[in-house]
Amino acid sequence: MNWFDQHLLSLLIWFPVLGGIFVLATGDDRNAATARRMALGFSVAIFALSLPLWTRFDTQTAAMQFVEKTPWIERFSVYYSLGIDGIAMPLVLLTTFLTVIVIISGWQVISQRVAQYFAAFLIMEGLMIGVFCALDAVLFYLFWEAMLIPMFLIIGIWGGPNRVYAAIKFFLYTLLGSLLMLVALIYLYMVAQGSFDILEFHQLPLGATAQALIFFAFFAAFAVKVPMVPVHTWLPDAHVEAPTGGSVILAAITLKMGAYGFLRLCIPITPDAAHRFAPLVIGLSLVAVVYIALVALVQRDMKKLIAYSSISHMGFVTLGFFVFETMAMEGAVVQMISHGFVSGALFLCVGVLYDRLHSREIATYGGVAKVMPVFAFFLVFFAMANAGLPGTSGFVGEFLVILGTFSVNGWYAAAAALTLVFGAAYTLWMVKRVVFGPLTNSAVEGMNDVDSREFLILALVAIAVMALGLWPAPLLEVMHASVDNLLAHASVSKL
Amino acid sequence: MTKELLYLAIPLSCLLAALIAGFFGAKIGRFAAHRVAIAGVGLSFVLSLVVAIDVFSGNIYNGTIYTWANIGPIHFEIGFLLDQLSVVMMVVVTFVSLMVHIYTIGYMADDPGYTRFFSYIALFTFAMLILVMSNNFLQLFFGWEGVGLVSYLLIGFWYERESAIRANLKAFLVNRVGDFGLVLGIGAVLALFGTLDYATVFSAAPGKVNDVIVGPLGYEWHWMTLICLLLFVGAMGKSAQVPLHVWLPDSMEGPTPISALIHAATMVTAGIFLVARMSPLFEHSVTALSVVLVIGALTALLMALVALVQNDIKRVVAYSTLSQLGYMTVALGASAYSVAIFHLATHAFFKALLFLAAGSVIIAMHHEQDMRKMGGLRKALPVTYLTCVVGSLALAGIPPFSGFFSKDAIIDAVHNASIPGAGFAYFAVLLGVIITAFYSFRLVFLTFHGEPRMGQEVRSHVHEPPRVVTVPLVLLAIPSVIAGGAFVAPALTGELFGAAVASAGHEPGDMPTGAFAMLAHAPFALPFWLSLAGIGGAWVFYIARPQWPGQFAKRFKTLYWILDRKYGFDSLYQRVFADGSVAVGRAFWEWGDRRLIDGVLVNGTASMVGRLATRLRQIQSGLVYHYAFAMIIGLVLFISWFLFR
Repeated sequence: MNWFDQHLLSLLIWFPVLGGIFVLATGDDRNAATARRMALGFSVAIFALSLPLWTRFDTQTAAMQFVEKTPWIERFSVYYSLGIDGIAMPLVLLTTFLTVIVIISGWQVISQRVAQYFAAFLIMEGLMIGVFCALDAVLFYLFWEAMLIPMFLIIGIWGGPNRVYAAIKFFLYTLLGSLLMLVALIYLYMVAQGSFDILEFHQLPLGATAQALIFFAFFAAFAVKVPMVPVHTWLPDAHVEAPTGGSVILAAITLKMGAYGFLRLCIPITPDAAHRFAPLVIGLSLVAVVYIALVALVQRDMKKLIAYSSISHMGFVTLGFFVFETMAMEGAVVQMISHGFVSGALFLCVGVLYDRLHSREIATYGGVAKVMPVFAFFLVFFAMANAGLPGTSGFVGEFLVILGTFSVNGWYAAAAALTLVFGAAYTLWMVKRVVFGPLTNSAVEGMNDVDSREFLILALVAIAVMALGLWPAPLLEVMHASVDNLLAHASVSKL
Repeated sequence: MTKELLYLAIPLSCLLAALIAGFFGAKIGRFAAHRVAIAGVGLSFVLSLVVAIDVFSGNIYNGTIYTWANIGPIHFEIGFLLDQLSVVMMVVVTFVSLMVHIYTIGYMADDPGYTRFFSYIALFTFAMLILVMSNNFLQLFFGWEGVGLVSYLLIGFWYERESAIRANLKAFLVNRVGDFGLVLGIGAVLALFGTLDYATVFSAAPGKVNDVIVGPLGYEWHWMTLICLLLFVGAMGKSAQVPLHVWLPDSMEGPTPISALIHAATMVTAGIFLVARMSPLFEHSVTALSVVLVIGALTALLMALVALVQNDIKRVVAYSTLSQLGYMTVALGASAYSVAIFHLATHAFFKALLFLAAGSVIIAMHHEQDMRKMGGLRKALPVTYLTCVVGSLALAGIPPFSGFFSKDAIIDAVHNASIPGAGFAYFAVLLGVIITAFYSFRLVFLTFHGEPRMGQEVRSHVHEPPRVVTVPLVLLAIPSVIAGGAFVAPALTGELFGAAVASAGHEPGDMPTGAFAMLAHAPFALPFWLSLAGIGGAWVFYIARPQWPGQFAKRFKTLYWILDRKYGFDSLYQRVFADGSVAVGRAFWEWGDRRLIDGVLVNGTASMVGRLATRLRQIQSGLVYHYAFAMIIGLVLFISWFLFR
């Protein structure tokens, strides 16, 4: 372990935050060009910096890697403690990759408070990476709550007409959940006799009642974030009002924090409760797959439709976690990454249309393929990925979760497999009405095809989607040890 | 290693051609694009032949190309199994695809989407090859969905037509219903066998025959039956078996070359291929075979009847395809897997021929597809006419055309089958013979014979399409004539496919198996006379007594109405599934998300907090004596509590 490895995670957290402060320092919109370039430079540098996580990662061990631990608030034995395993590492890379994409996507689109906009994304990047790396409960909670602030601002400042309602709804919803998590963390601190170490929490023996209470406290926090039915209604509103970049990060990364919380805190700390209440979580996941898919079908707003599609796809993630089976859980983690790419790309596609006609209504469009063939190619491609077509990343997660679930319970698998029909139905019906058909709106005729900037971001994500779909083995290789370890840990009773 | 490279080149040359034509089509131009596509598919055809010769000389290959994913003990791999079954499919697919590629040069000459079209059909060939060359369920599913994707893109090729994009959505979704079964079937295979590799699964299958799973209500299912039925649901979607057949007639919205390639010769036969490939499993479940047999028989009979009342030339051929797919499925149900594949191959040739001939008529008629506006075209379109007659004779099962051998073999196999449903199936396929012959020649007579019914303007312009259109017709006519007789003997005795498909249940029966013996036997068997009767009937109805069809339609109004409405499947599905899902979705959204969760719980909580705050605010009056009074009361209460507790 050299200096670089020991401090890489810190760099990845604080370098973006520092970058954000620098970008802020460029001041008002007269220096917008500088702000953009600086933001891009920082985000690319951070992405490059995150690559050694992959190349220097030891896939053989389930232990935390790139660890860093120094005392922080000694009186309460709070440590500045970081580390990643095979589940967190891909999420960090997803974050650094998509931040670059988001910054390019906002290039010309954002014309007001440019520096603040890009700074918010950079700062949020650091905080989100912090969530995935924190091994101390206080640190985790801090990052968890702190990232709400930039997201709140992004929706509240650069959002649509109803942005204030959406921002407050988003904030209160998630805050309510996380406060219960805070109570649980403080309780655990007391049980652990003065330690906030998450890995120590994993080993704590806990009684059935305590586990149940802690489980539901965590569940409240994470289910809101994922989001699971019935606490999902903040997401469509937040997406609709958020600017494109905000939607991308929201769908691609923020939702994953909730799912990650289940793996890092909920399941390992309260394994017995997790098993006990698994039918509930599975039930809610399957409701998400079916109920939400039907709701998605009737949306008239493209962003709402994709938001509901996100909820439906995240149902696969929670399903995969709570059947406690290796293949399903690995599939769920792949689904997290894949959903980051695919839903992010779909929001980018909506952004491309929105930038041209300032409408997200499906009915506004129709026949877009005629005037924007390259765009149509990308939208159909990502739609197919969203529908889980083999060869795209969307297939891998769903397929593995369905297969893994089948070996546990055929009925769960059958309900989940309904997504093959429903997922295709709402996605392709939207594609049909937006991309295909005759040109009915004369404004659509005047639309230009994607420019080189838009082409670049869509192509980059498309390559990622394709690569993951055709050869998911490298990604799975990374997580095997961690998932096996987690499942082994979860199968041992703490009672 | 060199062999693997050769095998890899077969699908990859198509993929490469598709990518070049697709991404660089605009740059390199139309000629270069079609040359690249034809070169890619042509290479793949030649290599398929080479591999086929190698395989038939005994060199079966089963190997892995790369590992897609490893999870615990389970390996998901991409690999090839090249045995007699897969090479027959490869040769048929690449040959028909090559013919269609050449034909497309003429058919799509004026279309602005020319290069895109070539890209799609080359991509289709790639996906189909991936499907048939697979040695495991995962890759099968890759190819399966791949061909589904290209079919979706091609049905909606003319994406500005509302009918086309409705049809492609419908096709994709109905296929997805089938895929729902297929995915669960694959899940069941993995759960039972712990692997997705064909060879391992097949060799372990006999040991799992008695494994049962307890279903709902405590009813025990044999795993094998469950797996086979689930896989067959997938096959029903792709091979358009009743009740999942509704997408295929609508798929005719696509350009005619793809109707020939995808929706007649190759993709729709993937389901047949799947069951034949899984024959070592199906052999262990009589229940599953019975279901296959009955579904196939229903499809064969019901769809043939609908073909009788179609006026769109392509729709006649489409319903005929449905019916013939039913015949293949019947053969599968009767455990005559090699016969099913034999019919698949002969059908691929003569049905592609019929579609391309129909397309040739459509070009000549300036995109008119209604047969009522045709007639008397045989003089103007001699090559099209002759090849179309060859195709129709093959379809009707007249000796010595290829369809005669394969269809007779199916009827014989059903006759010898003894599983439940075999009696009905035998009746259905026999009745189907006369109907098939009738509608085939109804098409020929309406289109090419009789008085011309088109306008003078069109009539003066009708002429034979260019060579690129007629040469593929002739090249497809050749196997339509000879492929049956040439391969019937090895197909019936099971030599052709060796161990690639199970042959346990199928007895050759009392019928002769040699080509000449079959020909000699034909006049003494019922199917031959049924075919002739069908053709004769068509002649009476459409040449001798052209007023009869209209009178019949009036006389049997109800029957005509049922057939014309295609038994009501479409409107039922539209109402129940399409409109029903939207209605349910709307109800969920309105009542679940908006009113209950958002209205009552979220905003309700918010407004309750608001109301509470309004109340509480009144306490904070700002008047000092209010506060002082409250403090005194509070103090009194506290002290009393401390004193008297």
